[in-house]
Amino acid sequence: MKSFEYAAPQNLDDAIALLASGEAAFVLAGGTDLVTSMKQGIVSPARLVSLKAIEELKGVDTSGDTVKIGAMTSLAELASNESVAKLYPSIVTAVNKIGSAQIVNMGTVGGDLCQYPRCWYYRNGFGLFGMENGQPLIPDGENKYHAIFGNDGPAKFVCASSLGPALVALGATVTVRGADNQPRDIPATEFFKTPQSPEDPLTAVAVGEVVTHVAIPAKATKNATYEIREREGLDWPLVTATVVYTDNGGKAQDARVVLGHVAPVPWIATGAAAALEGKAVDESSALEAGAAAVEGATPLSKNGFKVQLAKVAVKRAALAAAQA
Amino acid sequence: MPTHDKPEEHSGLSRRGFLKTVGAGTVAGGLVRESGGAATVAAQGPEVAGPAAIPLKLSINGNTHSLNVEPRVTLLDALRNYLDLTGSKKVCDRGTCGACTVLLDGKPVYSCTLLAVEAQGHKITTIEGLGSPEELSAMQSAFVEHDAQQCGFCTPGFVVACTAFVKDHPNATLEEVRAGLGGNLCRCGTYHGITEAVLQVAKGGA
Repeated sequence: MKSFEYAAPQNLDDAIALLASGEAAFVLAGGTDLVTSMKQGIVSPARLVSLKAIEELKGVDTSGDTVKIGAMTSLAELASNESVAKLYPSIVTAVNKIGSAQIVNMGTVGGDLCQYPRCWYYRNGFGLFGMENGQPLIPDGENKYHAIFGNDGPAKFVCASSLGPALVALGATVTVRGADNQPRDIPATEFFKTPQSPEDPLTAVAVGEVVTHVAIPAKATKNATYEIREREGLDWPLVTATVVYTDNGGKAQDARVVLGHVAPVPWIATGAAAALEGKAVDESSALEAGAAAVEGATPLSKNGFKVQLAKVAVKRAALAAAQA
Repeated sequence: MPTHDKPEEHSGLSRRGFLKTVGAGTVAGGLVRESGGAATVAAQGPEVAGPAAIPLKLSINGNTHSLNVEPRVTLLDALRNYLDLTGSKKVCDRGTCGACTVLLDGKPVYSCTLLAVEAQGHKITTIEGLGSPEELSAMQSAFVEHDAQQCGFCTPGFVVACTAFVKDHPNATLEEVRAGLGGNLCRCGTYHGITEAVLQVAKGGA
């Protein structure tokens, strides 16, 4: 690991000031991704600004009409919060399925949203797009875990965020703050970005900005996440699906279906949501939603299996939401 | 109070690393330091420490240890290389295998992925703090009883993680044990013995 300067300011204003030195200054949250990435030489910040001492970024506030979650709230604290557990079983599943008490204790809400992809080309020094000598390696390479949607550009990786799909489906808003000190609200639907060039950011967070909190409408909905994975211990899933709807006399209203780990961003499956809208969520409508979710999928040479998994994940998430 | 001040093995930037850093063009001017630069406080603000070694105080197994390490030193390296607490093992060194597990304020964390500087102000418990060869903890005894190890390299991390798990889940079922210990790997495959050991301690209410 390259050496760096370290600061742990007590308040957000100081953190933002310390980040003003530009791209070489990085935010350190739980460190589960960043510290490893630094050891591997994928990133080499000149300065780390740790947010761990900033109390205003921690905790879950359930007093308003949104549930406001500080960016430095640990994933363990998030999943064990009573209001969160009651309102958002889709989030609790997404956290618990991470499969490691250690990661869940160390990892934070803000850090989860700002993770780098797990793509092994990226992790082994071939960049976000997996390039060697100007040639992309992923289309004909080991793309088993790569994207089956949104992969027509150079980005073939999948978004690593565990919370992303659930937050998008639940209609959350992510708030960031930068040098102007004005809070900026970003709908979760617009938070994740698919880069078109290697310099493009992966999120809507600008250089020098800090994710301060996430707000989710405190509305009773039926919601669930279903994950399909190779192993039950610490790992990233192959495919996830989150289904959210409002129960309107036994029929689904305002249905939303979001897939995870199938695209460079959480993938909004509008067709699947339409298949549930206005219907009782049962075996038949859930099956239709699954089929609709994978229409237009563009699997790569070795990940066609993920299309079937996505179909099943949507169906099972819908049935789990109906039970929630 | 013991003081530990070992020279950093990788002090400063190598010539090659320095050239690479400058060549990358992304490092803001003024942040690049010469090799071995003694300045510990940057001009930008009094709260900035490093990149040279900084004094730390760590509370480990009830004792306070003072040491001087660069901010880039992980808690695991501080324990093993500066404090001679070698029970926590370095295996994957990337927050995946769990062999380095320690407790931070009673909660299991990967010490390989936590900077030592960030462990200040917290109570750290390592495997050395859980029992001794003369006086094994309940979990250590249960591991012996159930043959919960083969090569033994993952064992300290498992014992620490299992100890924390049982404290939080005193009536854990087999399924909960399996799910709760997903953050630790045993390449010998002694999971059966480990889950038996955990279930025994859980039933014992330890």
